[in-house]
Amino acid sequence: MSRRRIWAIVRKEIREYRRNRSVIYGMAVLPLVFAIQPLIAVLRLSTEASGGLAHEHVLLYMLGIPTLVPVFVAAYAVAGERQQGTLEPALTTPVRGDEFLIGKALAALLPSLLIAYLVFGVFVGIVEVEAAPNVAASVMQPADLLAQLLFTPLLACWTVWVAIAISTRSSDVRVAQQLGVLASLPPVFVTVMIALNVIEPTPELAMGCGALLIVLDVFGWRLVSGLFDRERLISGGH
Amino acid sequence: MLDQVSALEAGLAGRPGPALAVRGLSKRFGDRVAFQDLTFEIGRGEVFGFLGPNGAGKTTTVRTLGTLLAPTSGSATVAGLPLAPENAVEIRRRIAIMPEAPGLYLKLTVVENLECFADLYEVPDPGDRIAAALRAANLADRRHDTCGTLSKGLRQRVALARALLSDPEVLFLDEPTAGLDPVAAREVYELIEGLRKQGVTIFLTTHRLEEAERLCDRVAIVNTTLLTIGRPDELRDRLFARTIIVRTLNPLADPGKVFTGLTAVDSWHADGTTGSYVLAVSDSSVAAPAATRALVRAGADVLSIAESHRSLEDVYLELIAEDSEASRREA
Repeated sequence: MSRRRIWAIVRKEIREYRRNRSVIYGMAVLPLVFAIQPLIAVLRLSTEASGGLAHEHVLLYMLGIPTLVPVFVAAYAVAGERQQGTLEPALTTPVRGDEFLIGKALAALLPSLLIAYLVFGVFVGIVEVEAAPNVAASVMQPADLLAQLLFTPLLACWTVWVAIAISTRSSDVRVAQQLGVLASLPPVFVTVMIALNVIEPTPELAMGCGALLIVLDVFGWRLVSGLFDRERLISGGH
Repeated sequence: MLDQVSALEAGLAGRPGPALAVRGLSKRFGDRVAFQDLTFEIGRGEVFGFLGPNGAGKTTTVRTLGTLLAPTSGSATVAGLPLAPENAVEIRRRIAIMPEAPGLYLKLTVVENLECFADLYEVPDPGDRIAAALRAANLADRRHDTCGTLSKGLRQRVALARALLSDPEVLFLDEPTAGLDPVAAREVYELIEGLRKQGVTIFLTTHRLEEAERLCDRVAIVNTTLLTIGRPDELRDRLFARTIIVRTLNPLADPGKVFTGLTAVDSWHADGTTGSYVLAVSDSSVAAPAATRALVRAGADVLSIAESHRSLEDVYLELIAEDSEASRREA
């Protein structure tokens, strides 16, 4: 596998995203939706009300960011290239299918992780500075911080593979994005249930979810690799 | 004949073997035949035209030889390697394909597009190669233009520069002047002629017969099957009898007496137009002076004696019409 070819795809993709307004808006607005609502809720709490937070996991809401943000770019990966007629020239080069897909996946994953961690960092910083004294301590539960750090890449990875899988089978970018969002909803649902304490977070649950996500990520990669059929993509599925 | 041509061209290019050898190659999509039983060879440094109507299988042939599609049957050697899945990456490294649509990343600049492809081909010294490709395509001053702002002709030139980046052994050009105005098309012709002088092997599919006649050493005419192959002048000679057109001021009193029995004249007939005669000849360089002398002896006022010129277009139309007629009869 050639690192140079993989990075050629990554660099090209990131250059394209930076000049695509719809991608920039999509990747900017969604994280704000996930960050602003819990931020307002936390900042409005008084010191006396902080006791109630001990059974909530506000930080976990923000796992919605790595779960949904990558869809915007990953769904574009193959369908977008087909739509603008750039797929065939790229596939006539020595690039292997795996290199092409890993380049596409990294190009979606890296900015998504950057955004997710950045928004999370800003959220934590604002809470530390602006929230009432005991509220900040109640929100920043070590287990939640650790979960945020560890589950962010695992969830983002899952979304990336799902969206790319849909993208290889779709000829329309918007359809691929909509289906990608739908496919990403189950992990968001589970996260919200845990954040609301409907599902009680335990170390066992965290390890189970982590293991499941690792398996799903590997499965996702295998699935996408299998779906990437150069002949079908070029001939339009004759 | 084919082998002699291959050997000669291989010798000229100083490297062994043909650039491309195709044997009984076929491609089907379900019940639909894209092309079948294609057999031909292309020598190194040759510009080979691949002509045919829409749906003749030209683009599918390029995609198959470029390892994008798997053949249904038959075999081929591309740039010295057997066409097989295990050789696909190495074949793609040795060739370049310029598809009919340029397929540029429109939000990137010209140089950014080329940087991406230089890395995909793992070109050594990409900066130098990009500069050379831009110079070859006369694009050095447009390097920082966003591709989306370029005209169709310029985009086609960027696509050609991109195809040259890897210094390919075989360059496939699929309808390189489709949709271009005559000026832009001429610029592309000049670029191709420049590549030909450098000894690049070019496989050119086109609808434009004057383009094939101008650029190609040999042409193949296909309509899902190979109808004919050869040099354009060979094809003309093979398909049409050589003729001389004689025009006189007044109709000859006894044309039979003038033309019958002349050296190298096989037959003759009046062309319908008054004072115009068509002579079927075996050798025009012998027949034309003999006819001139006979006309002078007969006291004719000669306006012109000219060899009729059949174009590649005549050959193409004749073969496609014959093929369509044969298909109709079979149906």
